[in-house]
Amino acid sequence: MAMNSKTRTAWVFLAPMLIVLILVAVWPLGRTIWFSFTDANINDLEASKFVGFENYFGEFGLFANPNYTDGFFKSDWGTSIVNTLKFSVVSVTLETLAGLGVAMLLNQNFKGRALVRTAVLVPWAIPTIVSAKMWSWMLHDQFGVINQWLVDGGLIDHKIAWTAESAYALWTVVAVDVWKTTPFMALLILAALQTLPKDCYEAAEVDGVHPLRVFWKVTLPLIKPALMVAVIFRLLDALRVFDLIYVLTSNNNSTISMSGFVRREMIDNGYMGYGSAASTALFLIIGLCTVIYLKFARLNLGEE
Amino acid sequence: MQKAVFWRIALYAAAALVVVESVFPFVYAVATSFKTGSALFDPHMLPSTVSLGNYISLFTLAEQPFGRHILNSVMVSVAVVALSLLIGVTASYALGRIQFKGRGLLLGAVLAVSMFPQVAVLAGMFELIRALGIYNKALGLVLPYLIFTLPFTVWVLTTFMKQLPKELEEAAIMDGCGPWRIIKDVFMPLLWPALVSTGLLAFIAAWNEFLFALTFVLDNDERTVPVSISLISGASKYDIPWGNIMAASVLVTVPLLLLVLAFQKKIVSGLTAGAIKG
Repeated sequence: MAMNSKTRTAWVFLAPMLIVLILVAVWPLGRTIWFSFTDANINDLEASKFVGFENYFGEFGLFANPNYTDGFFKSDWGTSIVNTLKFSVVSVTLETLAGLGVAMLLNQNFKGRALVRTAVLVPWAIPTIVSAKMWSWMLHDQFGVINQWLVDGGLIDHKIAWTAESAYALWTVVAVDVWKTTPFMALLILAALQTLPKDCYEAAEVDGVHPLRVFWKVTLPLIKPALMVAVIFRLLDALRVFDLIYVLTSNNNSTISMSGFVRREMIDNGYMGYGSAASTALFLIIGLCTVIYLKFARLNLGEE
Repeated sequence: MQKAVFWRIALYAAAALVVVESVFPFVYAVATSFKTGSALFDPHMLPSTVSLGNYISLFTLAEQPFGRHILNSVMVSVAVVALSLLIGVTASYALGRIQFKGRGLLLGAVLAVSMFPQVAVLAGMFELIRALGIYNKALGLVLPYLIFTLPFTVWVLTTFMKQLPKELEEAAIMDGCGPWRIIKDVFMPLLWPALVSTGLLAFIAAWNEFLFALTFVLDNDERTVPVSISLISGASKYDIPWGNIMAASVLVTVPLLLLVLAFQKKIVSGLTAGAIKG
């Protein structure tokens, strides 16, 4: 069947993108999944042998590993899953709440609003590595300004190693991430707030409805679709976190993320096959989270 | 009346808090970058003497060629932006202006790739980069970077393409213009604000990328700035040169900050076009 000329034009124009995406996404993903069924080592990829599900469920596999004597969640891989989920859920929740607050603030009329809006963009514009280093310095265990303030203010009696002590490290990462990504949330929510019809707010004010009630009954339902999209963008971003944790907590085992685990096994230790199995598992876990979320949020991103 | 005054004060207090919280860490980094020696460990924020020593040593230390790293980052980011926009414009024309079977599916696939965890392709990408002979070369990073800049560019440009008036295109077709002419002479002039905003966002993403840059480039001369900053170290674990790190941080952030502040509206419209209209 001959294609009509319009369809042919479409595919001609799409061809460069399709070729590039196949080269940089589809092919490497396929190869990574293939590697996950082999014993490939980074130093000699050609010598790899097919080992089936050994990397997943074998003696030294990711799951059902008999060497995990303290239980799955005490292993490095289990820890990295727990860390990633904790980090993602807590930081995205806090960012959404903070973003909502900042967006509501920026939606008010006051002098200097433009200045505040500009200032809010600053954390977003700062590269992740730079914000990780800036906060490492501010949170430094001996010379950090934050420890200095807390001690001076009498809130703590000794200086705390925020990024090294395992009781605090992950929550410190969450705090820095919230600082950095709240602007993104705030701007997306603000854009949604600004599309809301003014007249129904005026009507509510005339009728003397309490502002909180207006927020719950009018604002929140109206911005919900935009909020849900913003949350999924952030959630997918948070689930693949690597750089912030790697730099802020010096690639420490207690705060390692799934992406960090994959990179460590694959590159630092050279276990390409085992690392690929972990990255494939990560891919499936993120896919699963997305499906659950989309079902839950009743969003359909494929449709316009 | 009193209640109104109270709310007004609360509003300004909240605004002030947000400004300080957003800006303070960077201001503190700038202040630190001008301190050297023991002044670094002085808890007072403002340096008693302003020293450019940290900045100078960044460019004079042979083992950490920071100027070279900046140049690498600029080259990689510019190349990524140029390629993404070029491929993105043609693809978004097809996706935004032509009705054909499988369009919805293709858009969905593009969105899926843009949300992809980068680490999921790490092993395959490592093999590909070595096979192509671009391992350990800064410009080799352009290829893996397309995995996150291209889908995003296509997605945002498609939403902009869809909004352009149909009449213009019809008039051009009546005049006998082919699709190339339509893109080049009719759409491009209307599309440039969208190109600026997507281009800037792609630039920022490429400039900040860390995972691929850390993994695919080991040669010290070929590094990009995020990796360079993460590797600045002193003689020992207890001798971290915070002054140098902050100076490097300020240098790579200031241009970005100026770009973002100058193109604020464009960037926000690019971000929201990618999310809200999706």
